Amino acid sequence: MEVLESGKGELFLSPRMNEDRQWMREKKSWALEPKTMSEHEAVKKFIHEGDYIGTELYGFVRCPMSIAREIVRQRIGHLQVAGQGIMEVDILIAAGLVDKIDLTYLGYEVYGLSSVLRRAAQSGKLKVNEWSNAALAWRLKAAALGVPFLPVRVMLGTDTFKYSAAKVAKCPFTGEKVLLLPATMLDVGIIHVHRADQYGNCQIDGISGFAFELARASRRLIISAEEIISTEEIRMYPERTIIPWYLVDAVVEAPFGSHPGEMPYYYWRDEEHLSWYVAASKEETTTEEYLQKWIWDVPSHEDYLERVGKETLDMMKAKAKGR
Amino acid sequence: MEYNQRELLICLASRQMEDRTSAFIGTGIPMLAASLAQKIHAPNLICVFEFGGTGARLEELPLGVGGSRSFYKALAASSICDVMEAAQRGLIMYGFVGGAQIDPYGNLNSTIIGDHDRPKVRFPGSGGANDIGSLVWRTIAIMPHDARHFVEKVEFITTPGYLTGPGAREEAGLPPGTGPYRVVTDLALLGFEESTKRMTLLALNPGVEIEQVKENTGFELVIPDTVGKNEPPTDQELEILRKEIDPTKLYI
Repeated sequence: MEVLESGKGELFLSPRMNEDRQWMREKKSWALEPKTMSEHEAVKKFIHEGDYIGTELYGFVRCPMSIAREIVRQRIGHLQVAGQGIMEVDILIAAGLVDKIDLTYLGYEVYGLSSVLRRAAQSGKLKVNEWSNAALAWRLKAAALGVPFLPVRVMLGTDTFKYSAAKVAKCPFTGEKVLLLPATMLDVGIIHVHRADQYGNCQIDGISGFAFELARASRRLIISAEEIISTEEIRMYPERTIIPWYLVDAVVEAPFGSHPGEMPYYYWRDEEHLSWYVAASKEETTTEEYLQKWIWDVPSHEDYLERVGKETLDMMKAKAKGR
Repeated sequence: MEYNQRELLICLASRQMEDRTSAFIGTGIPMLAASLAQKIHAPNLICVFEFGGTGARLEELPLGVGGSRSFYKALAASSICDVMEAAQRGLIMYGFVGGAQIDPYGNLNSTIIGDHDRPKVRFPGSGGANDIGSLVWRTIAIMPHDARHFVEKVEFITTPGYLTGPGAREEAGLPPGTGPYRVVTDLALLGFEESTKRMTLLALNPGVEIEQVKENTGFELVIPDTVGKNEPPTDQELEILRKEIDPTKLYI
């Protein structure tokens, strides 16, 4: 296949299918073994300095915020991040833990731009590669397929391509130009789900974002779940198991794990908290104060929820609808 | 009834939405416009949200493209790959996008101002915009109209318009027959001239003169012999918008 043009972004993580296959053979298990543990243990055991990590869905919606906060708590640094993120990626950058990011979008949606990203990118401290949403999801899909790249038809002709690590090639079948996306097999994937059993069989309600792909594109996979349910319940609806146990390394029970974001059908967003964060993030010192108060000063997710308060959590639950 | 600029933009964008068709809807104005269209002239407009929500009724405004309201009472709740692949197969007609800069060919910048590795200003990045601008048949941009936003050359092409002109999209490998279709602004409705693919004035908003549009555009706009006039927001549009769609004034 003839390569016509290469994006000038650095490929943070090269496709490595054969090593990945070996990894799967040696490190993943089909045994039904309990994997429940605390977020402290899961993060300590499976996330290491310099790892390439990815989270799903994103910061205001079904997002593994409790795990992201634990990473900040343990200050695991020099991370490389697949960034389809809002608040979870924001707090990692704010805490100075991210060196490189494969970015598609980082902003606060209705609240506007991310001050944290601005400071980090404008100072040159954060290395940024550009991608589109579909491109990042398809890079995970390629890894899930077990192939080194996927030909697609986005990013062509743009600077988004020029500042990515994709390539443009001539399709050997049609002769047309296609964009080749390198596969991303993450060191660690982190997903928050509605329900999981102790082995890691997971159910998600509503849209599944890119959970299916990310779960299959992760060497190590940490699941946090609103509820731990029995395996009997999983067996009753096996078609609902979007992530099966043999992909999963850790299962962390995390009610309100997406706070201050929402969890479809379970609870609505904590709008007040979000506005505190957005306001705090505008300056470096106030960002630091936020992290101190809501992460470093609270030793666990349980303590965090206590600080949020029952009244707020009840209000969030009461506001959830959709069925 | 009196109305503000934002209400005008929403109403004008809403009128661009067709019944019985599919459209990618982004956060903010497109969501309000889609909801308004559904309640007035396009009850069967299918809203597609990029993280997988398809066919929601939008009875409550989503606060983001992956938020739960993007699939309340929807017909399908799938995934980002599913909907983006549908677009890549040619199934999605319209897509709504925005940005910090737009040029005469409809190229959009939502990434940076200045040098990429040490930018003067960092914006959020593509998100789904590049995908939408690459894959849907007709892209509609919604923009504030001034010379800061309408520039001769965008500093970074985040989302492809017609790139450098006729044939450039096809040359780059983008699917033929796709590209920018309309630009909705607080001053006018714009389109793209068939032969040059350059932005052209289609209709003026109420009380706006051609001169004013020219002054607020940082490049030479194609001005055809006949330019239409956009009707102001109707009382019905404004009432539905204020009472039903955004009663807490989150956006308007």
